[in-house]
Amino acid sequence: MRFVQNFPFFSIILSMFAGIVSSVLPPRAAKWVNTVLIVTVGVMSAALLTFLSGTGEPFVYRMGHFPAPWGNEIRAGVLEAGMALFFCIIMLLSMAGGRKKLIGEVEYSKHSLYYIMVDLLLSSLLALVYTNDLFTAYVFVEINTISACGLIMIRQNGRTIEAAVRYMIMSLLGSGLFLMGLCTLYDLTGHLLMSNIRESVEQIMEQGVYTVPLAITIGLISAGLAIKSALYPFHTWLPDAYGYSTVSSAAMLSSLVSKGYIFLLIKIIYRVIGFEAFAQSKIIDVLFVFGVLGMIFGSVSAIRENDIRRMIAFSSVAQIGYIYMGMGLGTQIGMTASVFHILSHAATKSLLFIAAIGLTDVSRGSRRFIDLTGAGYRHKMAGAAFTVGALSMVGIPMFSGFVSKLLFAEASVGHFYKMLPAVIALAVSTILNAIYFMKTAIRIYVPERRMGREVITAGQEPVYAAVLVCFILLNIALGMLSQPIVEWIGTGLSMFG
Amino acid sequence: MFGPNLFHNVGGCVAVILFGIGFSNLLLQKNLIKKIIGLNIMDTAVYLYLAVKGYITGRAAPIVTDGVQEVEAYINPVPSGLVLTGIVVSVSVTAIMLSLTIRLYRRYHTLDLDEISMRLKKEGL
Repeated sequence: MRFVQNFPFFSIILSMFAGIVSSVLPPRAAKWVNTVLIVTVGVMSAALLTFLSGTGEPFVYRMGHFPAPWGNEIRAGVLEAGMALFFCIIMLLSMAGGRKKLIGEVEYSKHSLYYIMVDLLLSSLLALVYTNDLFTAYVFVEINTISACGLIMIRQNGRTIEAAVRYMIMSLLGSGLFLMGLCTLYDLTGHLLMSNIRESVEQIMEQGVYTVPLAITIGLISAGLAIKSALYPFHTWLPDAYGYSTVSSAAMLSSLVSKGYIFLLIKIIYRVIGFEAFAQSKIIDVLFVFGVLGMIFGSVSAIRENDIRRMIAFSSVAQIGYIYMGMGLGTQIGMTASVFHILSHAATKSLLFIAAIGLTDVSRGSRRFIDLTGAGYRHKMAGAAFTVGALSMVGIPMFSGFVSKLLFAEASVGHFYKMLPAVIALAVSTILNAIYFMKTAIRIYVPERRMGREVITAGQEPVYAAVLVCFILLNIALGMLSQPIVEWIGTGLSMFG
Repeated sequence: MFGPNLFHNVGGCVAVILFGIGFSNLLLQKNLIKKIIGLNIMDTAVYLYLAVKGYITGRAAPIVTDGVQEVEAYINPVPSGLVLTGIVVSVSVTAIMLSLTIRLYRRYHTLDLDEISMRLKKEGL
């Protein structure tokens, strides 16, 4: 076994220990531990990615060297390593971009707690990405929920506590369903490791027994994870949670937490149930319908919103709808489009949240549209970044959003009877996206007559400006280098099999 | 359709009914404490389900006593382990929910989530 194969385990355990150690550190030290941790994990994931691209074979890491049906396992393929790297990049940029605001948003004495939550969030995300054991996945789903709840409620006002309660309730409903599905699956197959369950499920399918319990199991697991990742109509907690928490939390919640659950669901589809079995079940039609509804109604809610951060939050509902719509098509290319959209949405949505905070800063902290008039001139960097994010969300070529929309359209055209609803929903949703994002982009570039407003240049906030530049470059890279990325996703998905 | 199978799986059926009760309480109750009770009923139902599925009639808990080491003497230990893990998770989420409830109660002097939302809208924060 090569040393690099230890890296998935190292990154999970390192982030966990960083969280534990941070509890006794002063805020400054906790901040450095957090930054060093994210960079280290990112570097390790990159090394793992190059190693795996070289060998072209996924590997299984046995925890404590117990053989297959009993021991706990970690499994890493190209897609997992790449996802871990991507999550680290987004997390690092989100933390750096929101750091200056954090001082005003959270009491200084509580900063250590904030970094603990971020460390734990990273560890649970990595575990969700790498684990090969369903019950471990459940435990880390709960850790993810708890740390996300901490990230929401660390900013102390009535709104965030209420949002945290709503988030917890919805999440617990989701994880209850997921746990029940997991237990019935264990009851049917007698295994907890994904590869063993897969074999048993194949046998069950061949013999043609237990069809109803298996369908119920697939339904419970999909519904649980869909509720947790805020698929329409389970999104009621989302606007408050994203709109009123600290800016780094909002960026990470929208781009990482919900994506972790979706990635787990994709993994379960491929590695536990089997893609063919999933595509034949009726569950994908349900996911498809809710995805399409989410694409439309999320955008409609966003148009009606008068608060820039809540508008971006509602836009997330629509984008989650896109991802589930792609999964609901039940084809390989649809799945590829969904995975690409996970990346594209994560890069764009965190950019939008971080850029929006710069715009509100130069508008006396107000988030209403009328006060944002001309904000693009007062904070040029944030204005440019917001425009890039908006263009990407609408789907202008060169940016990442265009490629994912193209992939979704391509995937839906190949489908027999879902083609029409999918293409219509894509078109309608794109127009609605354009309405609210272009409305905002035009609003921030309308010259304002009143003088004497605060002006912030890039030189005054070098870190913030650098973060925005990185986000813009990431977005353009996703948009321009789409071919190798799509190929990488394809290889990764085939490694799942 | 329901004859011997239902009788055979009566424990599982009770667990699923309890799960439904807990789930709907967590979803539909307005009072936060009742929601948390619903959460606990839901989690306990899952443990009951696991315990029932792990039990094999006529066998003992997997603790080696009197030197009996045959596999046939004991029940499946894995579900018991899962129940223990599940209890830990459920205790921690219950603790978080209770602490959040205390926060909200101190601020708004009510446990009704809808009323809290209405007041927040009035505050216009």
